[in-house]
Amino acid sequence: MSTTTAKVASHPRQRHLSDRAIINLFVWPTLVLLILVNVFPLFYSLFLSFTNYSAIAGKAPVWIGFKNFANLLNDQQMWKYFATTGKYALVSVGLQTLFGFGLAMLLHEKFKGSGLITTLILIPMMISPVVVGLFWKLMYNPSFGYFNYLIGFPNPIRGPDMLASSFARQGVPGLALYSVVLVDVWMWTPFVMLLVLSGLKAIPDYLYEAAAIDRASSWFQFWRITVPQVAPLLLIAILFRTIEAFKSFDLVMGMTGGGPGDQTELIAVNLYRQAFLGQWQTGRSSALAYIILIIIIAVSNLYILYLNRMRGEA
Amino acid sequence: MANFEQTGPGKPVLEATRVDKVTPGYRLGHNLRALIVVLLAIVGLIPVFVIVITAFKTRPDAIHVPPKLIFTPSLEGLVFLFTERASASPSRLEELKKAAEEVQLGLVDRIALNAGQEITGPSDYVFRLRNSLIIAGISTLLSVVLAIFSAYAFSRYGVKGKGDLLFFILSTRMLPAVVVTVPLFLMYTQLKLHDTHLGMILLYTVFNLSLAVWLMKGFFDEIPREYEEAALVDGYTRMQAFFKIVLPQAVTGIAATTVFCLIFAWNEYAFALMLTSEKARTAPPSIATMLGIGGIEWTAIAAGSLGFLIPVVIVTFALRNYLLRGVTFGAVRK
Repeated sequence: MSTTTAKVASHPRQRHLSDRAIINLFVWPTLVLLILVNVFPLFYSLFLSFTNYSAIAGKAPVWIGFKNFANLLNDQQMWKYFATTGKYALVSVGLQTLFGFGLAMLLHEKFKGSGLITTLILIPMMISPVVVGLFWKLMYNPSFGYFNYLIGFPNPIRGPDMLASSFARQGVPGLALYSVVLVDVWMWTPFVMLLVLSGLKAIPDYLYEAAAIDRASSWFQFWRITVPQVAPLLLIAILFRTIEAFKSFDLVMGMTGGGPGDQTELIAVNLYRQAFLGQWQTGRSSALAYIILIIIIAVSNLYILYLNRMRGEA
Repeated sequence: MANFEQTGPGKPVLEATRVDKVTPGYRLGHNLRALIVVLLAIVGLIPVFVIVITAFKTRPDAIHVPPKLIFTPSLEGLVFLFTERASASPSRLEELKKAAEEVQLGLVDRIALNAGQEITGPSDYVFRLRNSLIIAGISTLLSVVLAIFSAYAFSRYGVKGKGDLLFFILSTRMLPAVVVTVPLFLMYTQLKLHDTHLGMILLYTVFNLSLAVWLMKGFFDEIPREYEEAALVDGYTRMQAFFKIVLPQAVTGIAATTVFCLIFAWNEYAFALMLTSEKARTAPPSIATMLGIGGIEWTAIAAGSLGFLIPVVIVTFALRNYLLRGVTFGAVRK
């Protein structure tokens, strides 16, 4: 590749680089970098997932076959974390879809200042998730946070302590998880809204005009025109958000760090704990990483499938 | 509507207006809808508002029960964010107060003095902010330059296995950071890249490359091939056509891509948390662990958050027409 560059420089009169050469020159730097920083580590960790390696033990990795995978899949704790992650993904993506769609319907027809409002609504999704987590940790604080005041519990003893999963000093399991869900919904509803909005804009007016001529009710119009027309984009939004929910790490780390207990221990957080914090179970965590990877690849394949289908239609 | 049907239009209808849109009922619905949206937007932006006001509160105001909406603005948060302080002993406090009265103390020292503290030096945060700037800046530059070339090739040529390659590039971004980090951590430790600027720049370059390639490919796809073909007919080489015809057309796209890469690198947390410890640690992981004298310093955290909020607000407004592409990796364009 560098020789090609040199050739161009040393022969300024050479007028044509073949297309092949241009492709190589343009594409390879990117691919080399991706292979070095992405592909190599992935294969390396595939190897490690079959060993009992620990990054701080200073011993060479010993091959133990599928033991890591077997242990992980037999570990009740892991199933619990997967279940927590699944619940988190399902509830937050569901709510985002609902609210995002609703907001988009409200914003679809322009009014004075609707452009400004749309942009303002989009701000949360652009902020760093860990910073968002910190914001909300302050909001949720039972004594000086604003959240309890806004929902009408000014007294810290009587009100909820969202992140500690308690209400009036009584434990309410799941409250912490749902407070993280609420933040995720706050942050990413605009994303769904943005996609649905662009879908709504693309619906040709004549469909509605034809329906109006046929005296179709607005209910019928909504289900038979709006929803099917927006569906591809909505699907992309949902798939994107599902993948992201499975990756969710920054937000939880910023807010709860997995606590209280393990109530908000999402799978990515647990992976971090096993791989780094005190445990350094490199082999086992590589195996867990591969399990997550397979799930994500399955979901992203769906995404690519729909993407291609949509592109094919467009 | 009913009224209209009975009486017909008072004036001849000169152009096709949708008359059904202007009935009083419609207007009421329209205004109601606008009102609901505005209210929702206001409610949604409360946390942002809270962080902005907290950044300008003093420590007692920030943890006041009930929360204060009216307070005297102070730069305490900013000062705390950027300085290392120690509690001053009563005698030293007297000394400092005297110095303050005699106008020997700068503004920054005075603010710290109001909180009963003495500044001992700049905080780690200054250093980490600098790391963030270096790493985000250089990696963005690298990924955008690399992406311009490869995206052009993907856009214009039948690269072998194009679909697979593009998906492969995207897949790197779809993986959870933690999955990639475990082996990367080992590799970096071996190569002595752990906790170095070079290591982080490399990582962020690759991290953003997928986004940049997909975005740039979208922008190149939109530039008509005819432009280059005309240039080729005029005797330009492929390279000349690329540099003189295509690139100038793609400037807006390049700018948008750059800003997206910048903001993602600036916001990134997971990689930085796991692959840096001291020397190359960036701002996001350190803002999360900011502890001051006697507990979490919310004012400093809020002030630090402003450093993430302000760029985001600017970017959101500047790129509002490209946001859709940016957040969907160029998959959805309009």
